[in-house]
Amino acid sequence: MYVAVKGGERAIENAHRLLANARRGDQSVPEVTLDQISEQLGLAVDRVMSEGSLYDRELAALAIKQARGDLIEAIFLVRAFRATLPRFGASEPVDTGAMRVQRRVSSTFKDIPGGQILGPTFDYTHRLLDPTLAEGFVPEEPATGEASTAATPRVTDILGRDGLIESSPQAEEGASVGDLTREPLNFPADRDLRLQNLARGDEGFLLAMGYSTQRGYGRNHPFAGEIRFGEVEVEFFTEDVGFAVPLGAIELTECQMVNQFKGSATEAPCFTRGYGLAFGQSERKTMSMALVDRALRARELGEEVGAPAQDEEFVMSHSDNVQATGFVEHLKLPHYVDFQSELGLLRKLRQEFAEANTAEPMKEAAE
Amino acid sequence: MNAPAYNFAYLDEQTKRMIRRAILKAIAIPGYQVPFASREMPMPYGWGTGGVQVTAAILGPQDVLKVIDQGSDDTTNAISIRKFFAKTAGVATTTATQDATVIQTRHRIPEAALHENQVLVYQVPIPEPLRFLEPRETETRRMHALAEYGLMHVKLYEDIARFGHIATAYAYPVKVNARYVMDPSPTPKFDNPKMDNCPALQLFGAGREKRIYAIPPYTQVVSLDFEDHPFEPYRFNAPCALCGAENSYLDEIVTDDKGGRMFVCSDTDYCEGRQAAGHHGSLSAAPYKERAHGGSNG
Amino acid sequence: MTTIAELPPGFADKVLSAQSTFRSVMDAMARPGSVQRIVPVAGTPGPMMRGTAAIALTLFDHDTPLWLDAGMSESSDVVKWLKFHTGAPVVQDSSIAAFALIAEGTALPPLERFALGSSEYPDRSTTLILQVDGLDAGRSFELRGPGIDGVATLQATIRPADLFERLSVNEALFPRGIDVVLVSDDSVVAIPRTTRVANKGS
Repeated sequence: MYVAVKGGERAIENAHRLLANARRGDQSVPEVTLDQISEQLGLAVDRVMSEGSLYDRELAALAIKQARGDLIEAIFLVRAFRATLPRFGASEPVDTGAMRVQRRVSSTFKDIPGGQILGPTFDYTHRLLDPTLAEGFVPEEPATGEASTAATPRVTDILGRDGLIESSPQAEEGASVGDLTREPLNFPADRDLRLQNLARGDEGFLLAMGYSTQRGYGRNHPFAGEIRFGEVEVEFFTEDVGFAVPLGAIELTECQMVNQFKGSATEAPCFTRGYGLAFGQSERKTMSMALVDRALRARELGEEVGAPAQDEEFVMSHSDNVQATGFVEHLKLPHYVDFQSELGLLRKLRQEFAEANTAEPMKEAAE
Repeated sequence: MNAPAYNFAYLDEQTKRMIRRAILKAIAIPGYQVPFASREMPMPYGWGTGGVQVTAAILGPQDVLKVIDQGSDDTTNAISIRKFFAKTAGVATTTATQDATVIQTRHRIPEAALHENQVLVYQVPIPEPLRFLEPRETETRRMHALAEYGLMHVKLYEDIARFGHIATAYAYPVKVNARYVMDPSPTPKFDNPKMDNCPALQLFGAGREKRIYAIPPYTQVVSLDFEDHPFEPYRFNAPCALCGAENSYLDEIVTDDKGGRMFVCSDTDYCEGRQAAGHHGSLSAAPYKERAHGGSNG
Repeated sequence: MTTIAELPPGFADKVLSAQSTFRSVMDAMARPGSVQRIVPVAGTPGPMMRGTAAIALTLFDHDTPLWLDAGMSESSDVVKWLKFHTGAPVVQDSSIAAFALIAEGTALPPLERFALGSSEYPDRSTTLILQVDGLDAGRSFELRGPGIDGVATLQATIRPADLFERLSVNEALFPRGIDVVLVSDDSVVAIPRTTRVANKGS
């Protein structure tokens, strides 16, 4: 095998060496470890796991390190690795009602069974830069108590018992779960695929889309029924064993929005749902996702579809930051050939324009 | 840590099967875009992931691979993709068009006539020729189903009304086998005639948009036009400054900031072959001063 | 009863044999009427020919519902072999099959019982794998269409004898339609839906 070594190849190799050096930075500064990234930049790891759609803190931390902290690049690295993994199937649905809750807030009821639990949150911190964090900071021990054995039922379930909120649609028995990483997406898409798309979608994109619904572009009167963060068990059913086997526990954030009610002559009015779920602690992401999920249900709920966030093709085709970044950044690849084609055409059109505009006055003069 | 281990030509066998089935349907329905579950590749979307997946699904150890970008084997992305397959599939690579069995390309069709034992794999950014007229997939799919291409003709006609010409210089739409309107990828329209009745199989992969389509060998490919405004391939009014070729697609090299220009073949293999055979351009080494463009440079 | 261990093995080299088989099928589909050879597998179950077995190992998996004709489905070895090597689900309803395996051409069901695709998604159609008596001798058929430089002549011994008359439905249906792969031992010929046939009769 012979590949002619030319300038381009050497240039690429050297560019990658430069990258490796820039990534390491000043070598007199200690190298950041994966544990440090995982422990101290945990929300970055959570985002990379969510949008990379792979639950593996260590690989996500590696990706962040390799990507020099560029989270979209890290998500891309995780996705490309994920694509090579065999798919054994889908887990049993996780029961977020049985979540070991670390944080749980509802904006719809003052008190709820199991209570409001603030947990670790930026909420109510005053956003003042804290110089004591710069070095050697040791946090105060948090107050702890006995873990409560009280159940923490979901707020939407409480509303659901009285029929005040639509029942969560149940999948048909034995229906397979869609997977847009394994099947090409067609429109209109079912909600399982829409939710998968949003769960992998860019946090910033979903944030902007969700925000736009609040400002009136497809307003859907949301209340944050509940946001909860904690650990749930994941189980996998295998035919060989004949029952669901526990795979382990993962951390999830779930947001259930309670939205504008629906109703008709034949159907009692009730609130509607918007749903968000992400790996780790990702409140902004899940809240945005829930707003957009609800907006995308406009068609199914018989609402007028007009706003960007309600447009399934628009949202689903542009939510993925790995796709978006690739295509935006591909503009830096050479386009000499098509540009030349366009340039040639433009020159010809300009010449014809010039000829036409110098010919006109002469014609007039002759008349 | 789960250390990665990769298969021959990178893709796992299940993915290859899925892509292979899509390729067979694409060949059976010339010009129709077959949806496929494009995988996340270790290179960015928009940088050839569709072409790479098609190549990975067809490539075998006996193949000789050529990769070009803008007609050249030495552009950075072409080098990167060629190295990827040399590394993951261990295939022989070449820059000689004649010797290649699989040619992956971005934005060009080689100047040398292709032969029956070759497959040309195009990298495609936006496979839908109607996309810039109608952004909705649901709508464009219906138009293809009904062969309702009036919108495209209206667009081309509006160009003529405004500019006196069809103002599409690349990605110029074609009709395949008298049925499907197809995007030839952003190749200059200069290359369009090469697609018609071509002895080689032509496969198109769009990774981000998740579509594969094909033109079987010896298939009619017609560039859309009007009787009174027939399709005109783009022509240069200068020969290649290096090899003197009169009939090849040229890159414009800016040689100074005083209007100095040099035009050289975009297909580097073709140009080098001609020079080796003793052909020379009038200004082989010197910068070429751009000629005034006449009215006949279509 | 045959156990899994007694069933014929699959490809000796899964990756490279699948690649070479695919290229033969791809070339066949791209050049209708041309006879392509397939790397033979070591052994095949029941009435399955070597070419059919290689195609199955190359293209079938969990995502491809299969329909088997009586000749195939009556062989428990065929069913077991397909399940073990490909995992493809065998379906009773031919109209949802991605592939149909036909051992007895004389009993080929009417083509409209298979998936013909829709106008929006013409690719969602059944590919028929039809085992025939010979692809080197027999009646002559003149083929025209994409992939063919002018006219291609196929000499073949095919059952049902009126296969090409039946396939003429493809002309009216296009872009919907049915694609056929003819197999005889380790030879394959493809007749995609774009191929038009004039039966020379001799």
